[in-house]
Parts: sequence; structure tokens; C-alpha cells
Amino acid sequence: MTDDTNEKPRARARPKEEFNFFQDQRVRSAFYQILTAGIFAWLVWYLISNTAHNLEVRGMNTGFGFVNSSAGFDTDFKLIDYTPGVGTYGRIFVIGVLNTLLVSFFAIILSTILGFFIGVLRLSNNWLVSKVALAYVEIFRNVPLLVQIVFWYIGVFSLLPSVKKTLDLTFGTEMLMLNNRGLYMATPILGNLFWLTPLALVFAIAGVIFLRRRAHKIQDQAGVRPNTFLPSLALLLLFPGTAFLATGMPLSWDMPTLQGFNFVGGTSVPPSFLALLVALSIYHAAQIAEAVRAGILSVNTGQSEAALSIGLKPYRVMSMVVIPQAMPAIVPPMISNWMNTVKNSSLGIAIGYSEVVSLFMQTALNQAGYAVEMVGMTMAFYMFVSLTISFFLNIYNKRVQLVER
Amino acid sequence: MKLSTHITALAAITTVMATGATVASAESTLDIVKERGHLRCQVGPPSPGYYNLDSDGNWYGLDVSVCQAVAAAIFGDQTKLEIQSVSSQARFTALANGESDLLSRTATWTMTRDTQLGIDFLATNFYDGQGFTVRKDSGITSAMELKGAKVCVTTGTTTELNLTDFSRQNNLNISNVTFEDYNVRDETYLNGGCDATTGDKSSMAGNISAFPVPGDHVILPDTLSKEPLASAVRHGDNQWSDIVRWSVFALINAEELGITQANVDDMRSNSKDPNVLRMLGTEGNLNEGLGLEPDWAYNIIKAVGNYGEIYEKYMGDGEQGIGIPREGSLNALWTNGGLMYSPPMR
Repeated sequence: MTDDTNEKPRARARPKEEFNFFQDQRVRSAFYQILTAGIFAWLVWYLISNTAHNLEVRGMNTGFGFVNSSAGFDTDFKLIDYTPGVGTYGRIFVIGVLNTLLVSFFAIILSTILGFFIGVLRLSNNWLVSKVALAYVEIFRNVPLLVQIVFWYIGVFSLLPSVKKTLDLTFGTEMLMLNNRGLYMATPILGNLFWLTPLALVFAIAGVIFLRRRAHKIQDQAGVRPNTFLPSLALLLLFPGTAFLATGMPLSWDMPTLQGFNFVGGTSVPPSFLALLVALSIYHAAQIAEAVRAGILSVNTGQSEAALSIGLKPYRVMSMVVIPQAMPAIVPPMISNWMNTVKNSSLGIAIGYSEVVSLFMQTALNQAGYAVEMVGMTMAFYMFVSLTISFFLNIYNKRVQLVER
Repeated sequence: MKLSTHITALAAITTVMATGATVASAESTLDIVKERGHLRCQVGPPSPGYYNLDSDGNWYGLDVSVCQAVAAAIFGDQTKLEIQSVSSQARFTALANGESDLLSRTATWTMTRDTQLGIDFLATNFYDGQGFTVRKDSGITSAMELKGAKVCVTTGTTTELNLTDFSRQNNLNISNVTFEDYNVRDETYLNGGCDATTGDKSSMAGNISAFPVPGDHVILPDTLSKEPLASAVRHGDNQWSDIVRWSVFALINAEELGITQANVDDMRSNSKDPNVLRMLGTEGNLNEGLGLEPDWAYNIIKAVGNYGEIYEKYMGDGEQGIGIPREGSLNALWTNGGLMYSPPMR
């Protein structure tokens, strides 16, 4: 008996001694992983070296030296200084990148706000409201984005009044003017000590946050929430206002004025920017609205019924019970929507918006001719932006996921 | 349009990345073309006068005629031809990597392109120049009056660079609005989004004719740039360069010698002019250096006519023409004061 019990463990351990290199699972999986990585590395190496070789054989210039050589052409919309003939192709790339980021940034903000709004309205109990939201979603989701962009450009912003009959959006102050050459804004010129005003605003915001915290505390202890709205408003208006007046109103405006053919001075954005911004915002708002609706529907109705039964008002039910639970379902499609907004901004090329594809991959490529490098740089840029967006939203996503116990 | 443009651009670039290194080596382009049985000739998206599609989907135009001439010179049959319509940003890559045998489109011969893109420009078939179109009621009569103006321009050409150069030279502070598609450019201009459009004068003449009221617009007399539009081939195959260069010269030379599509048969057998007989292959051995049949030039003229005939048909007052007068322009024969000049064929 004792022999038996002693022998059995030995018998079990035996396969270890007969370790078969070709049948061991760890060896096999390591082998396949190394093989896959090796093939991939070889493929990348092959593509790069073969491209370089082929370009050389064909006498085509290669390398990234061109980013430091000067570009001779100009562009109508740029956020940084650029002088044709002095500015480099590298600078052109940066101008294009900034223009892409500018329109995408505003489009993401607008489409997210609008999308949330429409998505919630879509579930409204009011028949008319929900059907209007439905119509919005179905119209803008089902027409190709390129068609919408061209429509907003040719059908709306090109048909605005001409320069001579400019619309004044501020009714007489000429601070904000719109015509078919773009939107012209007066630019603030900051004087001495102006920095005190934003500083005062920061203090005011800190004060508001303090007030809210205090209100929470009191509510927790006494069950009654003190009114914070009026004190907050007073803080926000009085603090910066006093600072502004005390420093002697150090602010003047650079006004756009009509000179020759066009408005000069101020800040302006071309109609192509406006058309692209509107089209992207509206199109992606429809997509986001659907994501929001799906997220809200994913929350069990028992949750809102329970919330209503303890006496919460309907909008509180939405904001305190339903939306927080819907976020885990809303965020992942939101990530892809934001990434798509950035990528879809490249369609601005159709209406002459100087984003990175139009400016760099088209105009600059035609002037300098470094096709592989320029397309590569453009691809790298889009990939970088998409991965960055996805990285930060994934962090946020982890935070809103339900903590399961 | 945009999507297909990008697909062709990517396709062209992918080909550079993926094709084996052996393709570009020793084998001559002529042998490759003969083996394939047809010529692959690259033009651009339809552009009146140069390359356009008729109602049956056939290509015609000045640049298409050059394609047909080269096909006729090689095969004696101008239909052994595949016309490739390629976007302007992929055009030189597609030529350099062997997708196209020949580029015959409105490509301006510039030093950068000739020396840095792995291609060689050969023979100019149209001398163009960049100009401005403005509305007549704007009262502008010279480009110098465009100070501070917005000018609509299409991308992918030397046009933007010329415009900026012109603005810098003359301190005009012109701001350019760039479009990928000339239809959107023209729409913007017509709606007043720009004070002027700029482009090669010949193509603007074609575009204006499509405006709602062509008479309201005028091309300013100023010429911003030299735009010799030339055919190009891959760098490094001299025999192939010779074939294309002399096919274009044959068109010009035929006009000078009075050989037309109609009388070419008669001239070949009955002409007394040794220049005609040498060119059409009745005498001498001009073909041998090119590696073609003796009747190569005869086939060209038989297929497409001489340069003057082609010009009248597509650029001039012909049925498919766009009405650009030739008389007194750079495109007249040198004997009439123009620049169309072929070196002697002897």
C-alpha cells in the first residue's frame, strides 16, 4: 500500500522527464509568436527597403530633407505666420495639421452637445418632439457626408450676400460680419494689466466651486440645499468686472474694414471652414444621437421607475440615474465618432478648405513630388490623432464603467 | 472624384512599394509594349480640347492624338491603345513606376519635374500661359489691378505657385482659395466668392464657354507664366524617348511639308520632295534608329493627320474644338511666327 502511494506521484511526474520539445504547448505557442513577429518584421523591412530601392532605381528623390526647403505657394487660411518663399514645407505641414485640428475640435464639441440633446429628445414622450428628432437623425445619417459638405458650401455659404452687402450679425457694431467670403470677427487687442481680469475670473470660478461644495455639505447634514445660483452669478460678474474697470478697461478691438476687394483686419474664417464645420457637426450629431439613444435604452426601465418612485423629478432621473448608467454603453461608439470626425475633415478638400490632405498631400506633393514621404507623414498624423483620442477616451471609459462587486 | 483620386494615388504609391526591383531593369519599353500588344498612355480627368470623352465613351483631343500617333507608329494601328485617366497628384508616380508607358496630358515641362521625378519631358505639343478670368462688370483690365483680391485656383498644378510668385513680384497681396475640382472653383467664382479665377488660358477658355453667360467674363491680357505642355516618359530608356519625341515631331513636320491625312497616300508614292519621301519611309532608313517599321510616320499621319489638322479639330474651330485661335499665337508653325518647330527629319 505504501508503495502504491509512493509510486503514484512519481508516475505523474514522469511526463516532465519525457519533455517533448515538439509537442510542448509553451514551446509551440512561443514558436508561433516568434514566427508571426518575424514575418511581420520581415514584411515591414521588405516594404521599406524595396520602396527605397525602387525609388532610387527610378531616379526619384527620396528622404525627408524637403521639409526644410522653402515652399513657394500660399494658402488663404493659416493659424501661424507663413511667408511664401521663406516658409518651409515643414511649416506647410504644420499649417495643414492645425487647420484639420481646428475644424475637428469645434466639430467634435458641437456634434457632441447637439448629439446628446437630440438623442435624449428622441426618447421624449412628446410625440412631436421625438418625431422631429427621428427625422433629424434619419435625414442627416442617410445622406453621404461629402454631399452634405458640398451642399452647405455651394447651397448655403456661397449664396450669402457679397462683400459689398455684408451681413452685420451684431446689428450695427460691425464686430461680427458674414458674407460669401467668410465670417469676419473683431479681434481683441489686450492692453496693459489685462491679465488681471482673467485672473479675477479664475478666483471667481474657484469661489463658485467652494460654494457648491459647501452647499453639498449642508445638504448632506441638514437635508436642505442652500441656493447657490445668485451668489455664484454675482461672484462671476463682479470679480472680473471690478478688475476690468479698476485697470482702466485695457481692451480695444481690431475691426475688420472693407478695403479694396475684401475686408482687412480682425480675424476671419473662410466659407469653406464654416461649411465643413456645419456639415461635420450635423452629420456626426446624428450618429452620436443614435449612440446616446442606444445607451439610454440599455439601462433597465426598473432603474428609472425606482428613481421616480422615490420622488425624483424626471430631469433628475435622467441626469442622476439613467445617464451615469448609460455612459459605459455610450463612450465606446463616441470614441469612434470622434475619430471619424477628425478623419472625415479631410473631405474639406472638396470645397477648398486648407486642411492637411489638401494642403500637404495635394498641393505640396505636387510642388515637391515626394509622394511616398508625404503620404506617409499624413497617414502618421491621422493615426497619431486617432490613437490619442482613443487613449484618453479609454481612460475615461474605465472610470465610467460600472464597478461590479 | 475625390475618392477615386485618392485610390489612384495610393495605388500608384503601393505599386512603388510592392513591385519587385527587377521591373525597372534592362528590358526596353518598346519590347514591353510590343509584347503586351497595346500602348498604355496616360491622360487626366476629362478636360475640353486636350482629352475628353464623346457620347460613346471614346477619348478624343489634342493629347489623345499624341497617344494615338505613338500607337500608330509602333503598331500601325492607333486603336492598340489603352487610355489611362489618372489624377494629377498620381500622374508622375504612375509614369515613373511603369503603370503608364507615356504621359500625354496638360503637364507643364519644368526643371524640377524633369530632373527630380525620374521622368523625362520630350516635346511640347501646346504652348500655354497662365492668366486671369474676371467679370467684365468689375472694370478690371489688367492683372495689376488685383491688389488684395481673392483668386480661385485649382490645386495639383504649377498654377498656385505661379500665382503666388506673381503676387510677390508685384506686391499685390493676392489671397488664393484652392480647390481640387474646377467645377467647385467655377461655382465659387460665379457666386462671387472670388474676384477672379486663374488657370492656363486655354483651359479657362474652355471653362468660360460653359458659364451661364460666357459674355460676362473676360480673360485678362496678362500672362503670368510659360506653360509648355509636353509629353513625358520614364527616365532612362533613350530609345523609347526617341520614339515619342519623333512621333510628335512627325506631326509638326508633316504640317510644314504639307502632308495631310487626306493626301498622305498620294504623297508617299508621288511626291518629288525628298524630305517627304524620307519621312514617309519611301526612301532612306530613318526608322532604323527607332526600331520601328519604315512606314511609322506614314501610319501616324494616316491615323491622326498633321499637327495643324489636329489643332483645328480639337483646339480650334472644329466641331469638337474649343475655339482658341492659332493665328499669331505661340502654337502657330514657326514659318508663321509661332514656336512649333521640328528639327529636320533626315
